[in-house]
Amino acid sequence: MNDIDPFEGNTRRRRRQGIAWRFVFQASTIVGIILLAALLYNVINESFGLAALELEIDPASLAVDGVALEELSQEQLEKIFQANVSTGLYRRYATEKPFTERTREEVYDLVQERVVEPQVVKTWTLFETLFERDAIDAELAEKYPGAHLQFFSWLNPEFVQRPQSSEPLRAGVRTAILGSLWVIAITVIFAFPIATGAAIYLEEYAPDTRLTRLIQTNINSLAGVPSIIYGILGLAIFVRFLQPITSGAAFGLVDDPTTANGRTIIAAGLTLGLLIMPIIIINAQEAIKAVPNSLRNASYGLGATQWETIWSHVLPNSIAGILTGTILAVSRAVGETAPLVVIGASTFITFDPEGPFSKFTTLPIQIFQWTSRPQAEFRNIAAAAIIALLLLLLTLNAAAVLLRNRYSHRY
Amino acid sequence: MTTEALDGAPSLAKRPRIREAGIQGFLFLCGALSVLTTVGILIVLGTESVSFFTTQQWENSNKPLAQELEAVGASILVGEGGATLRVGDIIRVGDEVMEVVTVDGQTLTVVRGVQGTEPSAHETDLEIFRSNRVTLGEFLTGTEWNPQIGRFGILPLVTATLMTSMVAMMVALPLGLSIAIYLSEYASSRARSILKPILEVLAGIPTVVYGYFALTFMTPLLRSVFGNDTVEIYNTGSAGIVIGILILPLVGSMSEDALGAVPRTLREASYALGATRLETAVRVVVPAAISGLAAAFILAASRAIGETMIVAIAAGAGPALTANPFQAAETMTGHIVRISGGDLSYDSIDYNSLFAIGLVLFFMTLFLNIISQRVVRKFREVYE
Repeated sequence: MNDIDPFEGNTRRRRRQGIAWRFVFQASTIVGIILLAALLYNVINESFGLAALELEIDPASLAVDGVALEELSQEQLEKIFQANVSTGLYRRYATEKPFTERTREEVYDLVQERVVEPQVVKTWTLFETLFERDAIDAELAEKYPGAHLQFFSWLNPEFVQRPQSSEPLRAGVRTAILGSLWVIAITVIFAFPIATGAAIYLEEYAPDTRLTRLIQTNINSLAGVPSIIYGILGLAIFVRFLQPITSGAAFGLVDDPTTANGRTIIAAGLTLGLLIMPIIIINAQEAIKAVPNSLRNASYGLGATQWETIWSHVLPNSIAGILTGTILAVSRAVGETAPLVVIGASTFITFDPEGPFSKFTTLPIQIFQWTSRPQAEFRNIAAAAIIALLLLLLTLNAAAVLLRNRYSHRY
Repeated sequence: MTTEALDGAPSLAKRPRIREAGIQGFLFLCGALSVLTTVGILIVLGTESVSFFTTQQWENSNKPLAQELEAVGASILVGEGGATLRVGDIIRVGDEVMEVVTVDGQTLTVVRGVQGTEPSAHETDLEIFRSNRVTLGEFLTGTEWNPQIGRFGILPLVTATLMTSMVAMMVALPLGLSIAIYLSEYASSRARSILKPILEVLAGIPTVVYGYFALTFMTPLLRSVFGNDTVEIYNTGSAGIVIGILILPLVGSMSEDALGAVPRTLREASYALGATRLETAVRVVVPAAISGLAAAFILAASRAIGETMIVAIAAGAGPALTANPFQAAETMTGHIVRISGGDLSYDSIDYNSLFAIGLVLFFMTLFLNIISQRVVRKFREVYE
């Protein structure tokens, strides 16, 4: 026997084991946080940074009589524009909006865009920009001697306002954001009343029968169905079967019914509506369950009917919970991509959606498309679009938290 | 009304309330819509899958008849080039349908006039069409998915899905369980109130963002660790790891709920017997919560199988039967996204195949979800 008591040694071993595993558990949690940080770092790292630009024409050569391009008058700029682009392009811009009606700044931007025509040849991440500047300069001098460096914040006010374009420098997410908002509006209008109605029925009216249990189990199972299955359902039902309605042809709203082909905002909204309905129902049921029975009984005691009780007492007391659940479900719908790709959301649209029967694209689809392209500069604008999407979601979630805090009652 | 008119007292009989009944009926319909959704999913997937297995699509094999064919005789000579005809193929020459019995170079032995057609004479150079009909056996056991040449074996898609899901579970299970144990057994309530919202933020990020993360961060990371030659640009491993990160909050928070539901008395009894905190957590609390933990894991697996955008972006296009997680392979969901991304014409074999894959996917996830609910019901330890 050693000089250490065997019992004591065992205790020490067990304690050491405890400390070691505690470290493992703690480390796992930290890994989770690091992963979130890595994700955010990666997105931010890609959306800012230096880019090497090559110009079609050196702006210095466009100077007239020693006056630099920036200082030229509107007429001179227009002349430069006319001289340097094809006649067809000039006429197209002239018919779009006569040059006399354009401001000097607009014409200057046109000259920049079409005549000087900067092209991105290489981009660097924010990390490289900040810490590896020497290497960037060396690479620039070696590989792209004609190019100059410019710092880009790929997410900028113009990026949010510009429509889609095939040129990364001119591409924006306005059409995508508007498309997302339209789709979400339809989704909420469709899903919220029906889901709340279903929750009220299940909590307030439904007798404990097999049918009720079937509906309840069914709702729980639907919440676990992969979103892409809803996309397939939407493709078959809303896009194809109900095409006369979803393309707007049944209402005489579309001149040429083949253009949208049922792949419209309304088809997308209805599909996403079906997708988030189970989530809203389950959340709304929880909210309704939390209303104490004493309130209902007091209302009945005063002679109110069942619907009067629900409308004036149950709903006002559960609406905060119902809305919070709805907003959380909507923020899921905002980020959904797969079902919309399956029902055939268009990916390249340069015009704003005009109504429920237009073709559309949404922010997540735009991100998906840009990410799938091989060119690095599309990765940069995809990252910028991701930040826009995350900000949109953050706003929604903040609204949910505010609602919960403002209207929540405790009994 | 009559009684009221007679003695002036109001009737106490129950009056029908049309408005109330109407509202109740409407609300019932709202609830029933969810059943309609399920029925819709089943009908749509079912009917389109049936037409996937039953429609016979004639595809030009680009192989002409090399010799005049009489109305009788089982041997035909075909030209060179075009698609390869195999034993068991159904072919059509003119109006006549035949079944290939043996293939010997350019000579085929066929059964003439099958599927209700009559054997007749055919001229030389008449083109041979091949039937693209898919049998259920071929679909479930075939090892090649290539719609262009009529090969519809779903195995490569299923194995790729299982590969990404397995990698995801290998990431999410240990990490998620450790996080749950830490949050429920070790962390102070203050630490928990900071850490849980962070996990919830992870859960709220759209999957397309995770896809971007997989392609622009995880894949380069894997390539720099294992070498550019081993790891392809698109690979199932990177997609799987990121799916694991995606389902981590689900595993973590569901497991934490399960552990938190174990009553304090069990822990205190364990401490009283001299167990350390670790021993209490691992030998008492985890076994007591095993049903909830299992349910969380199964549900997470079902999420991983159905996950789409990450694999569509990072796992690669083109089905491949491979056990190497560093190679590109297309999963079921990834394939659905890719073929439906373009202009898909209705009633084409591609369009129908989408529903057949969808049906398999639906049953896989439904099966897992049902198992998860069963596990909870069967193994739940009821305390108090």
